[in-house]
Amino acid sequence: MFSRLDDPNDDTCLLLESGGVLSYRDLLNNSSLIASRVLPRDVVLLVCRNDWESVAAYVGFMRRGAVPLLMNDSVKRDFITGLKDAYRPSYVFAPAGMEGGGKKICELGGYSLRSTGCEIDYEVHPDLALLLSTSGSTGSPRLVRQTRSNVTANTGSIIEYLKIRPGDRAITTLPMSYTYGLSIINTHLCAGASLILTDRTLMDRGFWGALKSQGATTFGGVPYTYEMLKKLRFERMSLPSVRYLTQAGGKLSAELSAEFADICAGKGMEFIVMYGQTEATARMSYLPWQYARSKAGSIGVPIPGGAFSLKDHDGEEIRAPGVVGELVYSGPNVTPGYAESRFDLALGDERQGVLETGDMAYFDGDGFYYITGRKKRFLKLFGNRVSMDEIEALMKSGGFDCACGGRDDDLKVYTTSRDVAKARAFLLEKSSVNPAGFSVVRVDEIPKNPAGKVLYGELEALGADSDV
Amino acid sequence: MVISNLEKYKNCFVEAFALADGAQAESLKYQSIQEWDSVGHMALMALLEDNFGILLDTDDIIDFASYEAGKEILRKYDVAM
Repeated sequence: MFSRLDDPNDDTCLLLESGGVLSYRDLLNNSSLIASRVLPRDVVLLVCRNDWESVAAYVGFMRRGAVPLLMNDSVKRDFITGLKDAYRPSYVFAPAGMEGGGKKICELGGYSLRSTGCEIDYEVHPDLALLLSTSGSTGSPRLVRQTRSNVTANTGSIIEYLKIRPGDRAITTLPMSYTYGLSIINTHLCAGASLILTDRTLMDRGFWGALKSQGATTFGGVPYTYEMLKKLRFERMSLPSVRYLTQAGGKLSAELSAEFADICAGKGMEFIVMYGQTEATARMSYLPWQYARSKAGSIGVPIPGGAFSLKDHDGEEIRAPGVVGELVYSGPNVTPGYAESRFDLALGDERQGVLETGDMAYFDGDGFYYITGRKKRFLKLFGNRVSMDEIEALMKSGGFDCACGGRDDDLKVYTTSRDVAKARAFLLEKSSVNPAGFSVVRVDEIPKNPAGKVLYGELEALGADSDV
Repeated sequence: MVISNLEKYKNCFVEAFALADGAQAESLKYQSIQEWDSVGHMALMALLEDNFGILLDTDDIIDFASYEAGKEILRKYDVAM
């Protein structure tokens, strides 16, 4: 992993938003400096941003054999405290203001490495390399355990199908702690390509300034990113350096897929729709750009080294096109499993290379896969996975009787509470779900079957005419 | 009673960011509160376009960096405040 950094190419570097440049050699020196202060197998909580310090520390810890736990710096302080309680990391590497106590060991740019002094009462499995959260918005301590071979395999596959090469320059559009954002960083560093690091959003002039002046060749986006690009009239922008765009982090509607396939074709850009999950390290499939238009709405075909199959209700494999079943992926990037606390860090491979994705899908006569829905009760709000069960539990902890429904980017929280505003304020305070992503709907009663199970289908019908 | 443009403008902020009252809007800058992130920005732009019956240009959307800056931008669309 990251061996390419040992053989620095003069053209490859980290480009900073400030206009500064950090060569691979400088990156490696900084990485080694910070990593030398921790021991292999130490768990290190890395509170990250898209800046050189976070990338240097991440690379350093990975090369050192320590286990970084990545969390974005924008999450609520309570979540970081909760993670520290659940995982007892030996160290925290965080930007000023986010350290949360501990003994300062050293500084790197605007960050410091601090020893937590936690009692280490747990074991770390020899294969464990990296810990990532699947959402970060409800404060759940559940993490995905990834191994070095997971990351190496997935990074190699992505470099192969996206044909990432040393002259490439990706500009960051997603948090580094988010598996899709991290995969862009991993692939570019491993391909000897460059990264333009910024936390600015598409709605910020500074982002477009950096993209143009630094000559970005690519960026990635979740479905909402494409809504923003549409709003910004991407079709009218002149971005000659951009060679291709990728899309992942949720299902882009077939209409928007087709629209961007056309816009990109008109600009001489490739548009590549992809599909993945943190549980599969990052990517499982991609739609080759040549098919962006003709197969719009499809997640494409498995990545190099991976395979899909579909399972029906009885667990039998579906072999005919057009029949919906649960999508199952197998490949070297399937992660060993989850962790709910530090005691799970000793666990080994619970999946044996096979992942039941929880997504329902079918394939067409040409072998292209299409997602039709989800088996599990979660939805995505602007690219972030939100478990409806977790939201319900959170609301119940505040004394609100509730059940959740809705669609991606439109979570509905149905409650019998009379004070809808209070319920809304409670959810905003206790979670980091975006206020534009949900609405609280008052209902007289949460429909349940005699066994007490919520009848979600009836719930959606109830709320249809009482939206607030 | 006719609502003034300024009031309409302020109400867009209140609605987009779920503010307790309009006075809070006046000091806001992009990303100065959690609610005014890129998603909130999209919501705000859509509300302004709907309420004033205008279509904002790309440059104006990405220059819309604060409550105050926005007032200047809307002036270009003949929305006087």
